[in-house]
Amino acid sequence: MSKAYDVVILGAGPAGLAAALGAFDKGADTIIIEREGSPGGILKQCIHDGFGLITFKEKLSGPEYAERYIKEVKEKNIPMLISTYVVKVKKIEGLFYITLVNSSNGVFEITSKSLILANGCRERTSKQVFINGTRPAGVYSAGTAQYFVNILGYLPCKKCVILGSGDIGLIMARRLTLEGAKVVGVYEAKVAPSGLSRNIAQCLEDYSIPLYLSHTITRIIGDERVEAVEIAQVDENMNPIKGTEEVVECDGVILSVGLIPENEIAESLNISIDRGTKGPIVDQNFMTGIEGVFSCGNALHVNDLVDYVSESGKFAGENAAAYVKEKEKRLLRVVKAEDSNFLYVVPQYVNLQSANTKIVLYFRVRDIKSKATVQVTYKGKVLFSKKYAHLKPPEMERIEIDIKDLDIDSEAAGVFEMSMSY
Amino acid sequence: MKKLTCIVCPNGCQLSIEKDKEEWIVTGHLCPRGKDFAINEMINPKRSICSTVQTTYKDVPRLPVRTDGEIPIEDIFPLMKLLSTVVIDHPVHNGEVIIENPFNTGVNVIATSDMYLKGGV
Repeated sequence: MSKAYDVVILGAGPAGLAAALGAFDKGADTIIIEREGSPGGILKQCIHDGFGLITFKEKLSGPEYAERYIKEVKEKNIPMLISTYVVKVKKIEGLFYITLVNSSNGVFEITSKSLILANGCRERTSKQVFINGTRPAGVYSAGTAQYFVNILGYLPCKKCVILGSGDIGLIMARRLTLEGAKVVGVYEAKVAPSGLSRNIAQCLEDYSIPLYLSHTITRIIGDERVEAVEIAQVDENMNPIKGTEEVVECDGVILSVGLIPENEIAESLNISIDRGTKGPIVDQNFMTGIEGVFSCGNALHVNDLVDYVSESGKFAGENAAAYVKEKEKRLLRVVKAEDSNFLYVVPQYVNLQSANTKIVLYFRVRDIKSKATVQVTYKGKVLFSKKYAHLKPPEMERIEIDIKDLDIDSEAAGVFEMSMSY
Repeated sequence: MKKLTCIVCPNGCQLSIEKDKEEWIVTGHLCPRGKDFAINEMINPKRSICSTVQTTYKDVPRLPVRTDGEIPIEDIFPLMKLLSTVVIDHPVHNGEVIIENPFNTGVNVIATSDMYLKGGV
């Protein structure tokens, strides 16, 4: 059998590319596995700008951002297998056996001392949002519509409605309008939009596309092709209000109803999943509950900025390389964010034995809050405190805490508590 | 007083702007770019535009492009029309100018993907 790699990375999107560079730069023997025909992940079709504002201080398009990393990976000759699917992953005595398939090798196996899950997230589909009616052509997820327009150059509809106010839906509202389609409206069942405020402004308001909050699609009408949708107002429990139904003619329905981390491989390894993030539970080194398996990017939790995806990828790569060289003991303490105020916090655990004491926490709030103070404490000691002018669920926050001065040897186990006052 | 959402960065500051005699008064911005944005919105609103153009390559049928600066809002749809006439029949590098100075806007439309990275197509 051929020698084991130090780090195998699943996925060549922004997280996987950054992970590969992180691991390689720390001297690890690294390989990337990508199921598509070329690297870059979803950024390949995200032709709009606004990527890399934090990392490069520039407003790049998705392909430009991705290609900076792709170039560096190629210059460093980090091996990458494209058009290659993972069939199975097994961990036996500290070594990962990864069964792959591609057209040049057929089914084959590689081994690795560590594994990074950088396989991104998937869009929620029409089957997951329970719309009644027929199943005609013309119903697309926002990402599929984006693929049609930006990669293939086809316009998937001439007059459409968009369900959900997620960022990709807003971006597609503008994109379809620019390409000559009419976007009748964006319908959001919640009382507040799920996308970033700047996207509401530059994608909808700039083009006079109406946004209807507390509205949803109750029925899709049409046999062969979408002919119309039935729209209704919803109450505070998101149940349609009888008598408010209205039929809107259209030939397309674009769904932008949320993203969920892709966990198929994580689940096959029995990695515990967080109910808030819907991704693996990790410590500050991005290591999951299974030693040697790391998770980063949108596979870990759905980010709104690619800069943070790359950041978590880089950390995961560096930490996987460090893990292969010298295994740290794990003494895990929970990071607990108040359920009433926070949707989630990542990481969910801190390894007190780790040399990595500078910890980055990513969190999302449950509701819109103004003038709120967020605190992180450990056994009563305040590690972080900041007053925020505004906190919104669509906008992920990033904070740093340092635990090097903590008395971690005391016997009583502590909890990192994250709280909010307003 | 006019209310605006700043689109310069993901913070999306909620801005207010009003004219006091000859001076614009902007509030709600976290950085100087927000103030500039608000004033420009009142005088001559501009946007950067991203789109794709057709190519003759089967494996890369569309090449992503963007303006390398901002153009006046009224030039957006004319630019889209102009972009629909472009056909790329040779591989281009990222940053290469695809349309020079359309409508005398002072900005260029550049490629935002490197076709050579895809094996020169």
